[in-house]
Amino acid sequence: MFTIKGKTGEWELVIGLETHIEVLSNSKLFSGASADYNPTVPANTQVSFVDAAMPGMLPVLNEFCVEQAIRMGLGLNAEISRTSKFARKQYFYPDLPQGYQISQPAEEPPVVGRGWIEIMSDDGKPKKIFIERAHLEQDAGKLKHDMNPTKSFADYNRTGVALLEIVTFLDIKNPENNSFITSPDEAETYLREIRDIARALDVSNANMEEGSMRADVNVSVRRAGTNEFGTRTETKNMVSFKFIKTAIEYEARRQIEILENGGTVSQDTMRYNQADGTTSVMRSKEDALDYRYFPDPDLLPLIIEDETIENIRKTMPELPAATRARYVKELGLTEYDAARLTETVEISNWFESAIGDKPTRAKPIANWIISELFAHPEHCVLDKSLQRDDSLRIITPSDLAELVDMIATNDVNGKMAKDIFIKMLDGENGSPKQIAEKFGLKQMSDNGAIESVINEVIAKNAPQVEQYKSGKVGLIGFFVGAVMKATGGTANPEIVNKILKDKLS
Amino acid sequence: MTHLINLTITKALQKLKSGEITATELTQAYLDRIEKFGADLNCYITVTPERALADAAASDARYAAGNPLPLDGIPIGMKDLFATRGIRTTAASKMLENFIPEYESTVSQKFIDSGAVLLGKTNLDEFAMGTTSKTSFFGAPINPWQIEKNLTPGGSSGGTTSAVASGLAIGGTGTDTGGSIRFPAAITGLVGMKPTYGLCSRWGCVAFASSLDTPGPIARTVDDAALLLSAMAGHDEKDSTSAAANFYVKDELPIIELKKLRIGLIKEFDSVEISNDMKRLFDARISDLKSAGAEIVTVSIPNILDALAAYYIIAPAEASSNLARYDGMRYGLRVEGSDLIDTYKKTRAAGFGEEVKRRMVVGTAVLSSESYEVYFMQAARVRRLIADAFDRAFEQCDLIVCPSSAGTALPLDSDLTPLEYYALDLFTVAQNLAGIPACSVPCGLAENKLPLGMQVVGQKFDDMRVLQLAKHIEKFAGLDNKPTKILGK
Repeated sequence: MFTIKGKTGEWELVIGLETHIEVLSNSKLFSGASADYNPTVPANTQVSFVDAAMPGMLPVLNEFCVEQAIRMGLGLNAEISRTSKFARKQYFYPDLPQGYQISQPAEEPPVVGRGWIEIMSDDGKPKKIFIERAHLEQDAGKLKHDMNPTKSFADYNRTGVALLEIVTFLDIKNPENNSFITSPDEAETYLREIRDIARALDVSNANMEEGSMRADVNVSVRRAGTNEFGTRTETKNMVSFKFIKTAIEYEARRQIEILENGGTVSQDTMRYNQADGTTSVMRSKEDALDYRYFPDPDLLPLIIEDETIENIRKTMPELPAATRARYVKELGLTEYDAARLTETVEISNWFESAIGDKPTRAKPIANWIISELFAHPEHCVLDKSLQRDDSLRIITPSDLAELVDMIATNDVNGKMAKDIFIKMLDGENGSPKQIAEKFGLKQMSDNGAIESVINEVIAKNAPQVEQYKSGKVGLIGFFVGAVMKATGGTANPEIVNKILKDKLS
Repeated sequence: MTHLINLTITKALQKLKSGEITATELTQAYLDRIEKFGADLNCYITVTPERALADAAASDARYAAGNPLPLDGIPIGMKDLFATRGIRTTAASKMLENFIPEYESTVSQKFIDSGAVLLGKTNLDEFAMGTTSKTSFFGAPINPWQIEKNLTPGGSSGGTTSAVASGLAIGGTGTDTGGSIRFPAAITGLVGMKPTYGLCSRWGCVAFASSLDTPGPIARTVDDAALLLSAMAGHDEKDSTSAAANFYVKDELPIIELKKLRIGLIKEFDSVEISNDMKRLFDARISDLKSAGAEIVTVSIPNILDALAAYYIIAPAEASSNLARYDGMRYGLRVEGSDLIDTYKKTRAAGFGEEVKRRMVVGTAVLSSESYEVYFMQAARVRRLIADAFDRAFEQCDLIVCPSSAGTALPLDSDLTPLEYYALDLFTVAQNLAGIPACSVPCGLAENKLPLGMQVVGQKFDDMRVLQLAKHIEKFAGLDNKPTKILGK
């Protein structure tokens, strides 16, 4: 278990995450305006009268967003509330036109109730992380402070886009009956898992860099081996895995130092300072805002029929955890490779399509994808957020399957395969076989032909043969190199090795 | 020949259909009268003569072509709470003094679709908060009854009641959050119908208290109110609280048989002090109904006297939230301050009047985390009890009747405390809390020759029978509310 050593002993971390993912949907949570707010869309062009909070405008719940929430809920192994409610969280800020955010606060039942996901813990064992709830709410607009020295500008394209906030569970009343995140690495693993599930279900792009996934991080510390919970702080609006890990560790150390010096931790809201990786108080507990929640009178309770849930359940794809387990068990991949290949459905689909009906291809294809294709995503359309560029030579799953098959049948060696791959990247059309043919890339596997080259090499290098025979077996590399050079790199290195060793012994 | 202005909607539609009058003539008569009396009565915030004449010309064309719409050529006043595309919509607030919406409220659109003619936007209490229309930024409208006495036409829909009673509109719209249609209708001798919550869409109607706000018609007769309601009602998918229900009357209300009707009197209202006039007229109408064969029963709504307290928690709470959007950032008034917070403060201090501020302060307080449970939740429980009690009462009777107010219209310069003004809503707020239909219908003239009204209250979606019983009471009362009689020609 992860602990931090303080002056007076070891400390454990108790970490809670409130993860916001932006729900994929054509229109916003309560209006018909497009939910596409990406930076290329001109400011304030995706804003309905409802989003701008014009007088008399009323919200109408987008059913698709509810279905997305249910889908994610099922992915989190969670209960779906048959009845949930929306309430208003009220505060003034220019990015919030209504003067309130329509949300499903803790006082009301959320659309998604208790659930769990499994992650790999720091000690390499699977571990359940309990989920308290996931609820729908409106996103705010964006303020731009850098366009004018004295004025700020507001872009309401993002205003009202649906967010799903997923909150981890900590059973405060039963300290022994818990399973939660206890280290910065586990926090990252958890967030990656949430991301992968959201992507597998097409519920969210869940991309931290793009802002479609953000997290608030709750941290408290306690002496190793104790059960009681300490006072937590909440660090708001974290937008990268790295920052989250740094913030958790910094915040834990800060709290430990306070406690070890006889102080008490205050339940404050913190801000993370990217420049130096520290946290500082944004709002103390005393200054906590009173959001004056109350049920939104413009909206009826959200009633979800069993049939709706069952219909969604029927369309649930295999979730990343199950896919990963299958890759490890049935295809013999490492946990790491399995995780990389299940980051998105696009990747796992591509991978499985390349394997086709030959499971023996799995390992080499996994290696090619992870070490080569991931470096050239534009050539394989593994990332659907990338614009497909038709001027590029797209590498298809069957291209890669053919290539690894050529290696397996000794038609080409690894070096040649890499050359073929580079030629494809450079725009060479035709299948790998055709490219090999065109450029004469064929491995020499004929024993007789190789043997005659070897005979020549041995004849020309008598002194080295002497040395080898007297014990300098390291010279085998020299002979292999000479044979490869003489065959223009086409000789099958395995056969060369074998014959050389026979001849020299 | 009847003065054009004295025609009811029913009569006017007959004459328009027969070609005896044109929509343009009728509209011009109203515009002339607005020209003559509008400034004195202050019942319109914005008059739209060009629009009115264009609407009327279009109506005349449809009559000529033989395919008129249900309310073709009927000139109405629209409470200035309903957004009208391209026409200033103020909610009688300085905050929205120059606000011109780019959208049309569902209710006003339905009137367009029905062929009605828009005369203008009528005055009201600021954001519909008040019982006298005195809180309007544009000054109070005046009750045309005994105009020299400078009486209130009631509120918050006082601009519409002033206009309809004086013949500056043939009928009009109101909104009723705690009595804002029924009380002003009662003290101006008009019929004011608060339909079932959800029957008329709130979309595009500036929100005061969303769970209570109910658009409805104001007219000179019950039949007219039914015709206007037929145009206004209907499901609207843009309003999530809109009901999958409709209301439709062709030409006039069918007569309901009084003999089979059980009419309930609310026991708890017996202890409420009302004027001798109100008592006399109410009792007279009850005995009329009894003589006509109706069965009178007593029902109990145990918490009905707590309705006022519950209402003045729930309505301000919702208002404080609904009015948060008027922050000077996107539209409406903006007063620059030294920084963001200062701009908020200055804008809202300058844009809202006293009563609106008072209610927002109350609303903010009752929603604060330390007050929420004891005030807001308690009020919500009282609301539930009242709604349940009405449900039980309607197992013992078909419809309920009660006074609309304690007495006749007060002078505009009356110096009541806010609480005394709030008490004027005593007979009306419970129906809003329960979401049930209630119609105020004239029940006669008081000693001082001012009109009084009484209410017919029904179960949810029993709007038709509410109006049908009101029609009987209207006939028994026989009040002469012709505009030329009230205000002269």
